[in-house]
Amino acid sequence: MRYKFLTAAFAATVALNFAGPAAATDLEVTHWWTSGGEAAAVAELAKAFDATGNHWVDGAIAGSGGTARPIMISRITGGDPMGATQFNHGRQAEELVQAGLMRDLTDIATKDKWTEIVRPKSLLDSCTIDGKIYCVPVNIHSWQWLWLSNEAFQKAGVPTPKDWNEFVAAAPALEKAGIIPLAVGGQPWQASGAFDVLLAAVGGTDTFLKVYKDKDAKFAAGPEIAKVFKAADDARKMAKNTNVQDWNQATNLVITGKAGGQIMGDWAQGEFQVAGKTAGKDYTCLPGLGLNEVIATGGDAFYFPRLKDEAKSKAQEVLAETLLDPKTQVAFNLKKGSLPVRGDVDLNAANDCMKKGLAILAKGAVIPWTDQLLSQDSQKQKEDLFSEFFAKPDMSVEEAQKRFADIIASAD
Amino acid sequence: MSNSERPNQLFRNLNAKIASIPMVLTALVVFVGGTAWTVLYSFTNSKLLPRLNFVGLDQYHRLWSTSRWLVSIENLLIYGVISLVFSLVIGFLLAALLDQKIRFEDTFRTIFLYPFALSFIVTGLVWQWLLNPDFGVQRVVRDLGWTSFSFDPLYNSSIVIYGISIAALWQGTGLIMCLMLAGLRGIDEDIWKAARVDGIPAWKTYLFIIIPMMRPVFITTLVIIAAGIVKVYDLVVAQTSGGPGIASEVPAKYVYDYMFFAQNLGQGFAASTMMLLSVVIVIVPWAYLEFGGKKRG
Repeated sequence: MRYKFLTAAFAATVALNFAGPAAATDLEVTHWWTSGGEAAAVAELAKAFDATGNHWVDGAIAGSGGTARPIMISRITGGDPMGATQFNHGRQAEELVQAGLMRDLTDIATKDKWTEIVRPKSLLDSCTIDGKIYCVPVNIHSWQWLWLSNEAFQKAGVPTPKDWNEFVAAAPALEKAGIIPLAVGGQPWQASGAFDVLLAAVGGTDTFLKVYKDKDAKFAAGPEIAKVFKAADDARKMAKNTNVQDWNQATNLVITGKAGGQIMGDWAQGEFQVAGKTAGKDYTCLPGLGLNEVIATGGDAFYFPRLKDEAKSKAQEVLAETLLDPKTQVAFNLKKGSLPVRGDVDLNAANDCMKKGLAILAKGAVIPWTDQLLSQDSQKQKEDLFSEFFAKPDMSVEEAQKRFADIIASAD
Repeated sequence: MSNSERPNQLFRNLNAKIASIPMVLTALVVFVGGTAWTVLYSFTNSKLLPRLNFVGLDQYHRLWSTSRWLVSIENLLIYGVISLVFSLVIGFLLAALLDQKIRFEDTFRTIFLYPFALSFIVTGLVWQWLLNPDFGVQRVVRDLGWTSFSFDPLYNSSIVIYGISIAALWQGTGLIMCLMLAGLRGIDEDIWKAARVDGIPAWKTYLFIIIPMMRPVFITTLVIIAAGIVKVYDLVVAQTSGGPGIASEVPAKYVYDYMFFAQNLGQGFAASTMMLLSVVIVIVPWAYLEFGGKKRG
């Protein structure tokens, strides 16, 4: 009897010792990366995290950020937090942090010298609230891209445009060839994002900042912005035959040559890659619509909800470190089509478009993005306005601009 | 009834009263409590998390100057009138036809009621495909040779709400038909015989004798339809997600979007309070007539 007990105890200790260092902690990570290119990229993160001896439990939520964020937020506020979750860094998780629901990562950040490796600095700034760091940026996503299908322009018999103005001029030829000039999907954020890109490209960096950073309503009602609305009106006319909802369906129209182009962030590049298209040969990308070569430093970041479980908290730290690891950064961003958050990584495998982006980044031509400047509330009002504007041909430009100025006046 | 018997009244059916305590509590805490909480917080500027920072009527002021909310209200009115009138009329007609002692009544009843077994999400998706110009009804008719035929309600801002109503009617009319049929079956055979003896034509019998006798059934039906109208949300999400643009937005979707997407609880609460108010405006006069009248009679 006693002998048996001892053996059992012994066996238990051995088992414990054995399990100690290799303990695989499950950590659920929620995100909204579900399109082909995105899923391939997130698999790289999971692989890197699993290699540390932990286990990445994938909590993908389909339907883009608009659908996913409410689910994530209600899980966190409802007391069922996940191990880590994606947000766009900036103001989306601001209140969750202020309510003390998110984990302070400052210690890990100082230990690993994040302030030195993360670039541009504004990325880490948008993770910082009251001097403490709450998120790990994983990539830089910029909206300022015009994706053009070379095949579509060939079919229409016009050269591939070099900037937005040439694109607008080429629209009638495309239409004649039965091609939709500009693909804009029906999801509200697409129309709103396209306008913001036009604002930065047609209006210029200062105009962009004056409207969204200084929230100058009088300026937003003025002639500078009227020019931008004129461009948005062109875009609306060019996009009127798009009958798709999701952004990747709209991108697919460009990939298959059914549409001439699309204003979409660099995540669209992942779709071109999955479809086996080559930058420069099959498609052309114009950062800043070819008019004003800047890129916005929006992007994705991981936030870590405060957890009671020791082992999981430990795993959170491991994940935070893994995400910024140079190897993970390269593998993830190549698949995703976004830019890495550290400047010291080797990106020789990057394609044409990514290299253009890196060059602009190196020049320092960066602007903050609306996720960082405006509250979700103002963003939503903007989305409502532009989805109405793009879907309603009889809504006048003047009326739209007036309502835009009202939104800016009450923006926070 | 003398005063001494009063306590008895309170303790009558004691078991039943004790048994209903949980439900009474649920109703008080969850429904009444939740409602009061929502109304209270609609006067605050709560963003992502509820906070008691009162701003008076600001949220309501903003709500009623938002074009999306106004479009939502207009859509709800159109949708409401259409589903009320058509589901009642079609439901009653179908029931009256089924009540003619026809053959295969069970089969027809099953067919008509079947759509009701589908959720609004499934209904929405099915009709999204049917109404899609590239592979739905329009395509079929065009393939038959009628090339100028155009039927794309979901892609046309000015008629999109009617496209949504079609799906709603398809889904909901079967249930109304069944309720009506049950009502018709509850009418005594002798009434029909008496009417026939008096030589009253069938349509007149329906209109002036049967329908007034079916009043309770109509009221139940009305409540069911009305509740369905105010809360319409998933059908719109599945069919158009509010599009094109904001042309098919409805109030419930506004509430959800502003509470969760825009992280503005105050605005969402204000909108849901307005929805509650509109229900109250309809229900209270009706309840007064319905239940207030009993005491007199």
